[in-house]
Amino acid sequence: MKISSGTIRLLIPAASLILLLAAVFYMQPRAMSYTGLNLLFNLAVPIALATVAQMLIMAVNDLDLSMGTFVSFCACVTATFLQSSPAVGVLIFLSAIAAYAAIGVVIHLRELPSIVVTLGMSFVWGGLAVLMLPSPGGEAPGWARWLMTSRPPFVPMAIVASVVIALATHFLIMRSSAGVLIRGVGGNVRSVERAGWSVIRIRAGTYALAGFFAVLSGIALVGLTTSADANIALRYTLLSIAGVILGGGEFVGGKVSPIGAVIGALTLTLAGSFLSFMRISPDWQIGAQGAILIVVLALRLFLNRLEKREKSR
Amino acid sequence: MNAARRHLFSRPWIWSFAATIIVWIVTVLFTGGASSLDLSQAALTFAAFSVIVGIGQMFVITLGPGNIDLSVPATMTLSGTLALKLMDVQDGMIIVGLLLSILLGFAVGIGNYVLIKLLRIPPIIATLSMSFIIQSTAIWANRGLRIKPPDMLADFTTSNLFGIPNIAIVALILSALAWVLLEKTIYGRWISAIGQSTFAARMTGIPVDGTRLVTYILCAVLASICGYLLASFSGGAALNMGSEYLLMSIAVVVIGGTAVAGGNSNIPGIWGASLFMFLVVSMLNTYGFGAGFRLILTGLIIIAVIFVAGGRQSNR
Amino acid sequence: MPPTIDDVFRMNEVTARREVVAARGIKVTFGAVKALDGADLVIHAGECVGLVGHNGAGKSTIVNVINGGLTPHAGEITHAGKGGQHGISAARASGIRCVFQELSLCPNLTVTENARIMHAELAGWNWRTKARALVERKLQDIFPGHRIDCDSTVDDLSIAERQMVEIAISFAGLHEKPKLVILDEPTSSLDAGLAAQLMAYIRRFVGEGGSVLLISHILGEILSTSDRIVVMKDGRVVADRAAPEFSSRSLVEAMGNVVREQEWLRSPGKRGGAPVLSTPPRRGHGLAFEAHRGEMVGLAGLGGHGQTETLLDLYLSRNGNWWPAREKEISFVAGDRGLNGTFPLWSILKNLSIASLRNLSSNSIVDRGREASLGNGWKKRIEIRTPDMENHILSLSGGNQQKVLFARALATTARIVLMDDPMRGVDVGTKQEVYEILRAEAAGGRTFIWYSTEMDEIRLCDRVYVFREGAIVAELVGDEITEQNVLEASFAGGEAA
Repeated sequence: MKISSGTIRLLIPAASLILLLAAVFYMQPRAMSYTGLNLLFNLAVPIALATVAQMLIMAVNDLDLSMGTFVSFCACVTATFLQSSPAVGVLIFLSAIAAYAAIGVVIHLRELPSIVVTLGMSFVWGGLAVLMLPSPGGEAPGWARWLMTSRPPFVPMAIVASVVIALATHFLIMRSSAGVLIRGVGGNVRSVERAGWSVIRIRAGTYALAGFFAVLSGIALVGLTTSADANIALRYTLLSIAGVILGGGEFVGGKVSPIGAVIGALTLTLAGSFLSFMRISPDWQIGAQGAILIVVLALRLFLNRLEKREKSR
Repeated sequence: MNAARRHLFSRPWIWSFAATIIVWIVTVLFTGGASSLDLSQAALTFAAFSVIVGIGQMFVITLGPGNIDLSVPATMTLSGTLALKLMDVQDGMIIVGLLLSILLGFAVGIGNYVLIKLLRIPPIIATLSMSFIIQSTAIWANRGLRIKPPDMLADFTTSNLFGIPNIAIVALILSALAWVLLEKTIYGRWISAIGQSTFAARMTGIPVDGTRLVTYILCAVLASICGYLLASFSGGAALNMGSEYLLMSIAVVVIGGTAVAGGNSNIPGIWGASLFMFLVVSMLNTYGFGAGFRLILTGLIIIAVIFVAGGRQSNR
Repeated sequence: MPPTIDDVFRMNEVTARREVVAARGIKVTFGAVKALDGADLVIHAGECVGLVGHNGAGKSTIVNVINGGLTPHAGEITHAGKGGQHGISAARASGIRCVFQELSLCPNLTVTENARIMHAELAGWNWRTKARALVERKLQDIFPGHRIDCDSTVDDLSIAERQMVEIAISFAGLHEKPKLVILDEPTSSLDAGLAAQLMAYIRRFVGEGGSVLLISHILGEILSTSDRIVVMKDGRVVADRAAPEFSSRSLVEAMGNVVREQEWLRSPGKRGGAPVLSTPPRRGHGLAFEAHRGEMVGLAGLGGHGQTETLLDLYLSRNGNWWPAREKEISFVAGDRGLNGTFPLWSILKNLSIASLRNLSSNSIVDRGREASLGNGWKKRIEIRTPDMENHILSLSGGNQQKVLFARALATTARIVLMDDPMRGVDVGTKQEVYEILRAEAAGGRTFIWYSTEMDEIRLCDRVYVFREGAIVAELVGDEITEQNVLEASFAGGEAA
């Protein structure tokens, strides 16, 4: 049987996740329970949403270095305006999504490097967040809190939500006819252009969609933490990029995998929990995260090689 | 005439210098010219740090799409920390401390490239993982008392020569060396060729891996030297001393007119961009803006500069 | 039921005067270059128009004008007799499709998904099924017996398969068939069997009332498939007549270049002594490869049967990736300029000198004076047509860029030069000039390993290795090198595609 390269791309991150999970269970058998899993994957949902947002940007060969500050900004809006006057909050979110679309247009029209434009935007979002919440505070809207802390039967919320996100985005990006256009722009802009499509519209739409998922990420994050501050999600920029890569995505060429991205986000979250189970000195926590990233990537390389050998046989 | 204008405008760094001069004038106008010397000296000093890390980052970015070194801030911190520890406030150890910094840069650069090459992962992820490990080492090394730099070194980094900060002179010398390396040597041709098309470079006989390794080492060594100088300048190493230089090193390279698509780099532009970035912040401070506004305006100005100057230069 | 010849003729009579697209008096300039200087091209329903001309004659430009990608500076475009709208969308709306010379599929998408990109009307819940059916039917129609899985990613397909997919997608139509399909070098990656299938399909398509604009450097294809042939030269149409009125020779004459029918002076008896280059048989079977000093060794066979891989192996195994080589012993001339040849940001001079910098510098500092004199020397020797070697490499035409790549390899001290089908898409005049230089260099003791897809070039070699399925299956020396022998070796064993 022939396995498509897309499936292979999914197989590797899934194997990494399972391996890491097995290691955690081995060290801490009690984690193998409803509460244990919930604790392990607690923070996965916002990271998964941010990773999907980053993946969309990467699907059109760009990179969003403002993801962390933007999610922080969204968290601040959620904890302030969305909670006190929902209409204003929604309006702010809509304009933020419009701003993302505008960034896409600007990057496309002037052929600007996305890294620099989003680098500039990260200052803007950070500034807006500081204006809104100069010091940590705010309060989560009741419904967001309820949604994120609900306890569905058998499977913890974090896992249900991750599966829903993975399937929904898989349908949207890998199966729908609009998703084909997004990935087409990443694969070969000229061919999409020659077929009579407006690439600028596709890019604007992709950025808006990414903005939408980032907004969801901010809301989910506040639903978990109950309050926000301007720096709450700064590490999401790097986490989201790492998540996409771990999930088998690539920087250029429109090769992305939404399910892989969600799995990548889960892997990264699990790595954090894994370290605290290992009782690693706080000094070395960050370093160990780096080491885990390296190990997982080495594993991916190893499996890739194995697959290639199979293929050439 | 027309040709002269085209010649001038084909140099992207013109824009960053023009913007720098405007911001300088606006700031000085506010203070009534009283602080223009202080402002210029401060700008030169702080720009110098950005220039040193920026040059290293520029060499890496020139290697082409995807090449970037995110381990710069961690390397700076670790270098500053370890060097000050080794020197232990003794003037006699200044050179030894510098050598240690450079050695550390070598080690980090080799480590970065080993990860990139062995794991075949994009540099952005490889250097990020590496930076986690370096950062942890720095946290571990930074325990205990804050160690001051040797007096002679502290004096050197904070004083001026003919009104020009010593740090700026060091940065200028490094820039001149980098310029020769880039414009005159075979190595400069090679990194530009690799940046334009790695495969074509390979097929003309350029030792691609060797060249890339040297470039990553160069970047890490410059970051190390910068960390050494910055720690000495600010009277001791701090864990977060490098953090702002992550975005700064990338911003000055790109605002300075280096093509993010690779193959084309620009050293004068890094100076313009570094001065500009410092002056913008101090201008906003002078005008009494709060932190939030300052961030927003900084961001908008970065975008505006790249919008005006950077359009279509990537030539894709 | 295929239409009979009589049917075709009758249909042609009915539709002969119906214009699908007409471009009249088109002028396009790029800077100082007049790409089109008042060109006329009218295509009627039910005809296949062959378009030939040198590089730089304006073929690609007029194709871009017709498909809406370029707006002409003067002249008018009419679709089905009506003017007005111009642009990519307008051209597509009038049923014009184009298969470009460089492959233009999205490599990260599946065949089906690529069909979706090309056909906007493939949308809605069921689009995947519809798209797959559409492409599969058309592939079967044009290339019966193909083995392409429409759910595989384009990346996983061979180049020939990609070209087949692109052609099939362009000829396919969900609601209405395309009226005009422009094929720009459609057979460049197809082997003879597939090319013949395509040509047969073109005749059927035209017979059913469609039109085709066929651009090819293989004159045989043009002569046998077209109803009418248009010859372009210097941005104008210089001949426009029914195909039977042309022959290969008259076409070449019309293009304005006299082909010197010269016999290559082969250098026999040079096989003595140790080979300068040798490799054991590839993948453990077939013949071993070796090359001697001053020899011109050809690599022949159908495209994609291991010739390029052999060249890359030869090259990469002798050039370190970590340390610069002290003495360059082997150099490489790329065939795919965009992919592995030119450095697009650089001047012509820098592109030329990059491989020989070591000889142009002292203490690693490049001597600009020596570099410039090297450039000027080669500019004269190989006739690079530019006023100034400091000009941008992309300001040159494709053929001249290729000359720069030749000069790059020949300017080194390397005694062995590998060539990866470097004449692909180069005009006849340039070819003759380069052949001349290669001959002189070989006489001077240089060894050339030359992979070529063109029979004429293979015949120029002293010795030829024929490749099939990744291995060398035959060695031909001197007078044994005939088209007959090469084809026999390429197709042996009854596995002809």
